[in-house]
Amino acid sequence: MAQDHSHPHPHQPDLEETPLTHYQAMTEAVGQLLIEKGVISGEELRAVLEQIDSKSPAAGARMVARAWMDDDFKARMLADVNKAAEEMGIDAGTIPIRAVENTEAVHNVIVCTLCSCYPRNLIGLPPDWYKARSYRSRTVREPRVVLTEFGTTIPDAVEVRVHDSTADLRYMVLPARPAGSEGLDEAALADLVTRDCMIGVTLPKTPDL
Amino acid sequence: MLRRHHDMGGLDAGPVDPFGPGAEHDYAPWEKKVDAILRLVSDQKRQIMTVDELRRGIEELGPGVYDELSYYERWIASVTNILIEKGVIEIEELGRRMAEITDAWPAGGVAEAEPKTAGDLS
Amino acid sequence: MTARFEIGARVAVRAAYPPGHVRTPFFVRGKTGVVTEILGPYRNPEALAYGRSGDPALPLYRILFRTAELWDGYEGSSGDTTVVDIYENWLSSAEA
Repeated sequence: MAQDHSHPHPHQPDLEETPLTHYQAMTEAVGQLLIEKGVISGEELRAVLEQIDSKSPAAGARMVARAWMDDDFKARMLADVNKAAEEMGIDAGTIPIRAVENTEAVHNVIVCTLCSCYPRNLIGLPPDWYKARSYRSRTVREPRVVLTEFGTTIPDAVEVRVHDSTADLRYMVLPARPAGSEGLDEAALADLVTRDCMIGVTLPKTPDL
Repeated sequence: MLRRHHDMGGLDAGPVDPFGPGAEHDYAPWEKKVDAILRLVSDQKRQIMTVDELRRGIEELGPGVYDELSYYERWIASVTNILIEKGVIEIEELGRRMAEITDAWPAGGVAEAEPKTAGDLS
Repeated sequence: MTARFEIGARVAVRAAYPPGHVRTPFFVRGKTGVVTEILGPYRNPEALAYGRSGDPALPLYRILFRTAELWDGYEGSSGDTTVVDIYENWLSSAEA
């Protein structure tokens, strides 16, 4: 599976050792009351939680790799990500997802300045930095500076196109296939595709030659 | 010209620091539960509320609370308010149930929120 | 739903600052861009946000802006662009 960060996540202590916060208690209480009132069932809640856990950048990476291999698939993916996902047995949910393609002339970056809209039904929940004030504020105003903070430099001749996804669609980047990946099969190509390159803040990994 | 606090495109802010300690965290079970509750009460079957109402409710928390709460704390605050407004749950029963849950919890409860990650400061 | 603007049309975003839930980001209000795509009808989120039906649905457009026209002293490349999805009730024609 494509993983694009190697730093450790903060340690989470065993749940029972930590005092419950006000909002944790609220979440538990609301869940219990909704079940008791028959608004939702425990089974439905469990099923949705499992669905949330089943989403990961790997699904998006598989689609990108397929698009790199197959121009017809790429055209269908650019037209309708949800439908193209279905072809591959991937459930991308009902909120329309659009892919924007990086080319030699254009580099795309996704942000949501009003909240934190993200194609979560395809690639899972967003990283915290995506929801942070610094990313949401600055990406529209100085995208190239923000990109350098991710270690990404885009040549001046290439247009940086920022997509503020604040309405009814969700956006992902279809990155350009990296040089040197010619001989690779679909699975090996998918390994080059990271979550961050589908947000547009980095480029895909380069193959080990 | 009224610019609302959540509408932050173009404002000054610090570096993103995508590799810093607050850049990512593994979502806790309670955070996923908030997400799941919202998905269920807004789904096609129930249509009790919309994601648009969720967003409006988050924005109405006001600048102070918005910045103080973490991402999913804002969500559950908004979802709960809207469910009360719509008569799906009652304030009294919610308060009682929260107290019962906290009392039964081995480590008890605190009024304050968890330490913040970068995303929580948005 | 008939979309009022065609692909390629120059449009101006309303310079309005109402209170309440608004789906057009502050930084594009009063700016001019070009329609690159008509995404279809979507129920009005500014009504949905208050528990109303959101009908009639509004055409939703992708509007492309030159980033350098959005910000004083933009330091990126002059070719850089910004795309924002905007509902028709926020747009007026800016054709000469």
